[in-house]
Amino acid sequence: MNNLEKEINSLKKELLNMFFLVESQWKKSTIAILEFDQDIAEEISSIENRVNALELTIDKKCENILALLSPVAIDLRFVLSTYKINHELERVADIAESIANYVANNDEAYPKEVIENLQVNDMLNEFNSMIDDIIESFEEEDTKIARKIFKKDKRLNEYNKKAGKSIIKFFDTYNRENLMYLLSTIRKIERAGDSLKNIGEEIIFHLEAKVIKHKEKKT
Amino acid sequence: MKTKIEAKNIDVFYGDFQALRNINMQFEENAVTALIGPSGCGKSTYLRLFNRMNDYIDSFKMNGEIVIDGKNIYEKDVLVDDLRKGIGMVFQKPNPFPKSIFENVSYGLKIQGIKDKDFLNKRVKKALEQSALWDEVKNDLDKSALALSGGQQQRLCIARTLAVEPKILLMDEPTSALDPIATAKVEELIHQLKEEYTIIIVTHNMQQASRISDFTAFFYMGDLIEYDKTDTIFTKPKNERTQNYITGRFG
Repeated sequence: MNNLEKEINSLKKELLNMFFLVESQWKKSTIAILEFDQDIAEEISSIENRVNALELTIDKKCENILALLSPVAIDLRFVLSTYKINHELERVADIAESIANYVANNDEAYPKEVIENLQVNDMLNEFNSMIDDIIESFEEEDTKIARKIFKKDKRLNEYNKKAGKSIIKFFDTYNRENLMYLLSTIRKIERAGDSLKNIGEEIIFHLEAKVIKHKEKKT
Repeated sequence: MKTKIEAKNIDVFYGDFQALRNINMQFEENAVTALIGPSGCGKSTYLRLFNRMNDYIDSFKMNGEIVIDGKNIYEKDVLVDDLRKGIGMVFQKPNPFPKSIFENVSYGLKIQGIKDKDFLNKRVKKALEQSALWDEVKNDLDKSALALSGGQQQRLCIARTLAVEPKILLMDEPTSALDPIATAKVEELIHQLKEEYTIIIVTHNMQQASRISDFTAFFYMGDLIEYDKTDTIFTKPKNERTQNYITGRFG
């Protein structure tokens, strides 16, 4: 194994650590939202520092490989895509923290009836399954799995769209401020889904040398 | 873009050994084409076909055609000396003659029988300017070329080649014996020269191929594996062997 291969493997491991960290943050965030677990919500905030530190480590590794080892072809695409995936993951982790903060700073749980009606549970399950897909596709270098993301992202968009309309009917029954936090949570999940979609595109770019962003995708 | 050189169904043998197998390629005019591949892949043999340098090797045998400006240069009526006036070659190690700078650059013109002093002066100046050496040597034209640094000597050899105004430049690892600064100068020069010349360069330096060439051809064990625009070769090569070679995973 030459030096470049060693560095690429090490970079892959670090990025995988980042994936696992983000996955764990979202699993916790899911519990915090659905079970109003404020302890877990606070734990998410305390772990966010690790995400930020890992982001910087990965950035530095990418920079060193580009400057010192002159990667080309699939190696170059890997470093370029890792650089972008790293930033998307940090953003996804930020969102997990931000929605957990709503829970940590709230006095009451989101109403069960509204959670059910807006299908927040299903949306979070969909989102978490996207993270699982993206990790599997990255680990196994399988673009077929990465392509599953696009369909799932569209479903997140639909949950988000419906929620905006459905939530209004609960305004007279429940605390409106609390409902707005829930709606904002849904919006953020949708945005995090967009980031996962971008990561899927980067994995495809790395493995197939195809640029598919800003193009209509076949799902 | 216009095709300057075309290689058609080229097979080359050294005795029983086949050095090149059925090579077909077109070279664009005013472009730099890099030939890359591991040692022994046939790229230097291929380069030397274009000025018939392999003719001197006893066991050399070739099938196919090398067509330059529409004419097969291996036809019987082609005079090799005339052919080489139009095709300059720069080698791996600078090889100036043990003569003055002026005599080195004017050498090719003199053996063509040109004696007009004014004409020689103009051509020498132009060639040294083209090779980005004029400012460094204009007051020392009578000094020995051997007193120049390695990088200057290589640019002098390029000037010597340019003085006879060829149309095609063949370069066989022209910077492998040079330091990074001299290499950068020669690379910059190659970049400028392609405005007027069609350049084919053999290089072992992948970064050099990616920096200076418009097209890259990858050879392996006598076969042309892949030939494409340089940015395609270095970002998304189609053949796995090309990818393994340029990423250093070969063998």
